[in-house]
Amino acid sequence: MFGFGILSGVTFLPLVGVAFLLTQKGDDEASLRNIRWATLATTLATFALSLFIWSGFDQTSAAFQFVEEKSWLGSGLVYKMGVDGFSMPFVLLTTFLMPFAILASWDSIQKRVKAYMIAFLVLETLMVGVFCALDIVLFYLFFEGGLIPMFLIIGIWGGKRRVYASFKFFLYTLVGSLLMLIAILAMYGKAGTTDITVLLKTDFPKDMQTWLWLAFFASFAVKMPMWPVHTWLPDAHVEAPTAGSVILAAILLKMGGYGFIRFSLPMFPDASTHFAPLIYALSVIAIVYTSLVALVQEDIKKLIAYSSVAHMGYVTMGLFTLNAQGMQGAIFQMISHGFVSGALFLCVGVIYDRMHTREIAAYGGLVNRMPIYAFVFMLFTMANVGLPGTTGFIGEFLSLAGTFQANSWVALIATSGVIFSAAYALYLYRRVIFGVLDKASLMNIADLTPREIAIFAPLVLITIYYGVQPQAILNATQASVDNLIQTHTALIDAVKLAAAGQ
Amino acid sequence: MPFFVQLAHHFLPETILAVGVMALIIIGAFRGERGFGLVDEMAVGILGLALVTIALSSTPGASIFDGAYVDDGFSRFMKALTLIGAIVSILLSVDWLQRNGLEKFEYPVLIILSTLGMLLLISADNLIALYLGLELMSLALYVMAAFARDDGKSSEAGLKYFVLGALSSGMMLYGASLLYGFAGTISFSGIAASVSTSAPIGVIFGLVFVLAALAFKMSAAPFHMWTPDVYQGAPTPVTAFFASAAKMAAVAITLRLVFTAFPGVKDQWRQIIVFISIASMLLGSFAAIGQENIKRLMAYSSIGHMGFALIGLAAADEAGVRGVVIYLTIYLIMTLGTFAAILAMRVEGRYVENVADLAGLSRTNGWMAFFLAMLMFSLAGVPPLAGFFAKYYVLLAAVDAGLFGLAVIGVLASAVAAYYYLRVVKVMYFDEPAPAFDRAPKALRAVLAVSTLALLGFWVYPTPVMDAAAAAAKSLF
Repeated sequence: MFGFGILSGVTFLPLVGVAFLLTQKGDDEASLRNIRWATLATTLATFALSLFIWSGFDQTSAAFQFVEEKSWLGSGLVYKMGVDGFSMPFVLLTTFLMPFAILASWDSIQKRVKAYMIAFLVLETLMVGVFCALDIVLFYLFFEGGLIPMFLIIGIWGGKRRVYASFKFFLYTLVGSLLMLIAILAMYGKAGTTDITVLLKTDFPKDMQTWLWLAFFASFAVKMPMWPVHTWLPDAHVEAPTAGSVILAAILLKMGGYGFIRFSLPMFPDASTHFAPLIYALSVIAIVYTSLVALVQEDIKKLIAYSSVAHMGYVTMGLFTLNAQGMQGAIFQMISHGFVSGALFLCVGVIYDRMHTREIAAYGGLVNRMPIYAFVFMLFTMANVGLPGTTGFIGEFLSLAGTFQANSWVALIATSGVIFSAAYALYLYRRVIFGVLDKASLMNIADLTPREIAIFAPLVLITIYYGVQPQAILNATQASVDNLIQTHTALIDAVKLAAAGQ
Repeated sequence: MPFFVQLAHHFLPETILAVGVMALIIIGAFRGERGFGLVDEMAVGILGLALVTIALSSTPGASIFDGAYVDDGFSRFMKALTLIGAIVSILLSVDWLQRNGLEKFEYPVLIILSTLGMLLLISADNLIALYLGLELMSLALYVMAAFARDDGKSSEAGLKYFVLGALSSGMMLYGASLLYGFAGTISFSGIAASVSTSAPIGVIFGLVFVLAALAFKMSAAPFHMWTPDVYQGAPTPVTAFFASAAKMAAVAITLRLVFTAFPGVKDQWRQIIVFISIASMLLGSFAAIGQENIKRLMAYSSIGHMGFALIGLAAADEAGVRGVVIYLTIYLIMTLGTFAAILAMRVEGRYVENVADLAGLSRTNGWMAFFLAMLMFSLAGVPPLAGFFAKYYVLLAAVDAGLFGLAVIGVLASAVAAYYYLRVVKVMYFDEPAPAFDRAPKALRAVLAVSTLALLGFWVYPTPVMDAAAAAAKSLF
């Protein structure tokens, strides 16, 4: 239609839902039900449409597919969309998780439901857009635009310290992104275009690469988040409503990793090689330090937030190894973390909806009253730890294996993180689920409702399925990873050759 | 070119305003207080007619009145912006004036006189024309600032503005006399010819004085001191006019002056502009943080925005001018929208102007809160709103010109500024409701909605603004 393709369709379909929601008036139960169902239907339709991307995707090719191009804004800027092996899984991850976010908000959000649903749909458009954009300014537009709905989601529907958390989230991300904007402008000045496919082939001078890399790093390191700029994440997670935490952990964090793959690594190969030790150091600190911090948390959400920072450490470490296992593992880890951390936040949401507290000390012995919940929570805890048979294992193992080839000392220290993660995750599980059920408030707590089981069932299945069958995802990213590594090696060799020639 | 042909082809909007305002004075004088409604409507009509003649003018640009006055693509575009600012300011003011018992026909007359001064200023091609336009504009503005004459704050604002304005006029005249003394001519092109390679120290001195006076008019630091007090004290619709139309004219003449009279001494004025730009951005961002009064907040915000727009001028090339022109266009829309919202802040018949009065607006008046929130995000420069593109194009020019330091300071300042824009959103969306506002008149709601939708939809179809701005920038070189 109008020459737009499926990617634009998936990106902007949620806005159609927004248009419908805007026509809905009234606060009575019937109209609230309409609003919820309409939002769910929109996200499901978006997911269904995105399945065509999955099925039509050619896994053997590293090229961009489903490319759409329209002139826009004049002066070199184009509206260009397309996906390759790096971005396609993230598009699917986003559309797949959105219905869960909506379902998780079904009963827990009672005030300003319409605005809430609109914020989530707008956020979905912007998130899908980030992964589909093939013009760097268009990418920036989606990347930054996502701040507005998330700021409102945390600030309006969040917990006690929501104002502090929302401001911190917004301003941290904004500062990083604005530095990236300057780098984008400098790249435009050098290459004369903002088309990502052309920029990927542009050879930036070495000095310039260093600065550009640092500017992009400022943005993506905050978004990932990497130690020491991770402090906004625990605050944002704790204060955000359940669905906000799910989306934040599962998708928004992945934008940082995606940014490294899409821009930093292929466009600035020299600088990436040069700064790899920095990334290793920060990643290892993140893995060890934030795992230890997680161990002493009193708040369930905060604990999971710190564990997210630690897991993102594996991602950055794996990406900068620039070998097939490390990168495949890092990408897989991102996808897996999307399912697992999303599910963990949903698990927290379940008991928070019942007890309205996230204090670990307020729980204990839940297995007696909530056996199904105990099973689900255990499965995702194990996946978070990296138990073989779950997706968590594949990601951690591959990225550690890749790191071992690149730098065995880094791998050695990072592996200790696996033990720490088992420690804090099992410790949390023991305190919440096991023990004596002696708190009066917990005596009547109910097990999962059918709606909640319907939410968790697909996530359980997918976590186990891809844990046993990781090839399905690895094949999709294979061609793009190989292509990136080949190009990178060729470039670095050329530089070495030139240096030797002098 | 015969005199009347010059008038008809290149001086028509100004002629319309000049003749029209005289007619309005006569009507007002005969009908007295009862004449307000008629004069007000006619004023909108006259300004609208001038706008239409500019939009329809297809004759190529020309220099008229023996080189005192120039009519080109740049001046047409900037005049159109100024006229839009003036028209919307009148529309915004009607309700306010009626509620405050200030339905005096002098108000629209003063707006037209001031606008006429702005048009003269934008097209000025020698120092005399420049001064003439500047004074016609300013004298009307002084009176308007003190228009609520029974209100102490308004009188104070008028007096402050007048005294400091007189000082800046003095600086302007002193600088102009130095320029005339050393260059031997008052025409911009003549000055350019005499300083094409090297400039005597006297010319540089003159340039500094003239730029200082112009910085005063566009309220750029360090000549910004009047802005917060005058913005706060002046009647709100007058503040809207100051913040919109007056800025367009002041920036336009600054651009024209430096590019037509001083292209040869680019490096000298560039340092000044870079300094003014950095000072304004930093001051605008940091000083606004503590403001409780929303008009005062907008005053500091406007200082910061002028600093940001000047980044484009510091780039000193065609891309930079295009960036400034786009910036001003978008800034005009944002300012008018925001002031429409401020004028709609009325509780039980009383106008309020504190940020705290907006508390919980999202629940008492959802649409107004949404519009104002979008305006704030746009002022902060968050994509995909238009405010982002404004910043994008000036930064692009600066980076192309190698001004990385300036660009980095600019974005960091805008990150600081984002804090206080977000605070307004926070008050509206996160806080418990304050008393609800009275229903706003249609004109305010329309301006608010149209400007917000323009900002939201800018990225969908930006071509008209982009093309017009590019053409305007081209004609200046």
